[in-house]
Amino acid sequence: MCRVVDLQQAVLAGNDLRARQLRADLAARGTTVVNLLSSPGSGKTALLEQELALARERGTRIAALTADLATENDAIRLARSGAPVKQVLTDGLCHLEAGMLARHLDGWLPDATELLFVENVGNLVCPASYDLGETLRVVLASVTEGEDKPLKYPTAFGLANLVVVTKMDLAGPAAFDEAAFRSHVAQVNPGVEVLLTSVRGGLGAGELLARATAAAAGGPVHTPVMSRTGTAQGHLHGHGHVHDHEHPYGHGAHLDGCDGADHPHGHGQSAADRLAAVTAES
Amino acid sequence: MHELSIAMAVIGQVEEAARTAGATAVHTVHLQVGELAGVVPDALEFGFGLACAGTVLEGARLVTETVPGRARCRPCADEWAVGMPPDLCCPLCGTAADELLSGRELQITGVRFADGTAGGPVLEPTGGER
Repeated sequence: MCRVVDLQQAVLAGNDLRARQLRADLAARGTTVVNLLSSPGSGKTALLEQELALARERGTRIAALTADLATENDAIRLARSGAPVKQVLTDGLCHLEAGMLARHLDGWLPDATELLFVENVGNLVCPASYDLGETLRVVLASVTEGEDKPLKYPTAFGLANLVVVTKMDLAGPAAFDEAAFRSHVAQVNPGVEVLLTSVRGGLGAGELLARATAAAAGGPVHTPVMSRTGTAQGHLHGHGHVHDHEHPYGHGAHLDGCDGADHPHGHGQSAADRLAAVTAES
Repeated sequence: MHELSIAMAVIGQVEEAARTAGATAVHTVHLQVGELAGVVPDALEFGFGLACAGTVLEGARLVTETVPGRARCRPCADEWAVGMPPDLCCPLCGTAADELLSGRELQITGVRFADGTAGGPVLEPTGGER
């Protein structure tokens, strides 16, 4: 006997389901998640340390969870802000998954936390595939990494709600071509905002926090083209931007952005998921 | 190397389908992998081979089909192959695509069970979530 089963199932359906549950559970607690992705050494921790300190000064109830393969160095740095911080050691795993995040938040995340920053494992490949229940996915690149980084890692940059350039104080010595970088970002993710920052130079201080606060308040969040997959392919797994609040712009408010200019806009449909097994034959 | 995690997710879902179908062995798993899915088919096949050991999928073949990325601009009624790296701006009017029609698939499309075949080991599905 040999049977062929026409099984239509998105491989990451399990993670997407847990991410949707986590997003809903956290929304019910008043918490918005910001997922930070970048290469190792691009400056996630320094920027986050600065934004956490500013949030504390402003009275925003904020927490951070940082994931690394090894060491608690990042948590020690972030805890200097006074915000609740948790270090997650992935024991070699290259990314966080929604279920892992949920388990780490259970019993730790303080009540009434408004913003939770998740510093993903330093890696631009693997974390891109996993929705963590975030409302804002931020992809960072430092000026020393090369202007073509968005083209080399199109899935990571293509699914970002916000792109942050770090270490702008080194832009001159690194001969960073900002226009080329913006153009490459626009190619894979037209319309996404590119934020320029320098922790050392004070450029853009508080801007990431402002974007996160705005998203938490229900403000418009950019929907990448790469996540607009719903209408044609109901079965596609997507990075599910399921927001629990109204956005002023519909999905139809398709705007430009292919010139690399910033146009914060858009809202997305949730990407649909899986279908069930269909037939079996003997 | 998240392909191992992906492979384990595939195995978990096929194990579940095998339990439902009462199958005791799996011959082939068909998988669509979009070129923008961020997954390398070769690495996935390697991970799949390793992670199948000791499960109902032991010895199963993974057949992957690469799906090219295609995008659409509604005003221009235009569709195009986005290429790699992808260009998600309309080649006609230069504005952002309305949507990605294909290219992010990571989808099990079919499973061939081979239970009861002569000489094949009959293995019990492993329980629990992987």
